[in-house]
Amino acid sequence: MTARTLVSVPKEARRGEVIAIKALISHDMETGFRYDNTGKPIPRDIITQFVCLYNGIEVFRAELHPAISANPFIAFYTVATESGKIEFKWNGDNGFSAAESVTIAIA
Amino acid sequence: MTAEHYDRRATRRGFLIGAAQLAGGVGLVLALPVNDGRATPDTLQAAIRKITSEAPLQKGKVKLELPAMVENGNAVSIEVAVESPMTAADHVKAIHILNEKNPLPNVLSVQLGPRAGKATVATRIRLATTQQIMAVAEMSDGSFWFDTADIFVALAACQEDPG
Repeated sequence: MTARTLVSVPKEARRGEVIAIKALISHDMETGFRYDNTGKPIPRDIITQFVCLYNGIEVFRAELHPAISANPFIAFYTVATESGKIEFKWNGDNGFSAAESVTIAIA
Repeated sequence: MTAEHYDRRATRRGFLIGAAQLAGGVGLVLALPVNDGRATPDTLQAAIRKITSEAPLQKGKVKLELPAMVENGNAVSIEVAVESPMTAADHVKAIHILNEKNPLPNVLSVQLGPRAGKATVATRIRLATTQQIMAVAEMSDGSFWFDTADIFVALAACQEDPG
């Protein structure tokens, strides 16, 4: 259950600057539409939700479906408002959850 | 293999329809689903209705970017950019990515607000076959805007053997 995560956030930004955020997590994203070698359907096992919090306030949320590729990658933008912590949370089938956080300094 | 055979046919058909559509004006396809010539699946229509609650869907403001052709449908880069000042009074509330011919119509739905600064989202998606992709944006004033793009998929996702 330890998924590897990789996030890209600038370490420093000017106040009010629009910054790019990229988040990647290792996960098979099993669609539920495939069959194993014996013809049995492989049950769905995907990440269903991704949330980004900036100092505890939700700034971005995504609902993922089986059509998202394995190792989901999501890129988006946010306004650098203040120094602090940017948190990332992923949740999914079979109780999957993962989290990552980075700090950002506002000049 | 029958699956492979079927897929080749589907791809060729998709390509021919796509070519015919380019000549006929792609923009009209989803706005006038009844008059189409290509049956937009009911599931996609249902998914759109669920998002818009029957509100009118207008073409524009949304820019959907993806390759015109990919070798492999397992991970296709896609970017949706919506024109908006992203202020408290006028911003994009949600962006939805939908597809036409995968087993399920929904791909990704994101919620954002003025704090996003820029209403752009990028991800990587799976495509079962050559088809049309659609992006729908919900604005803070309650209006809905969309864009579509056609993509030719040479080798489908969902076809590979489980690892």
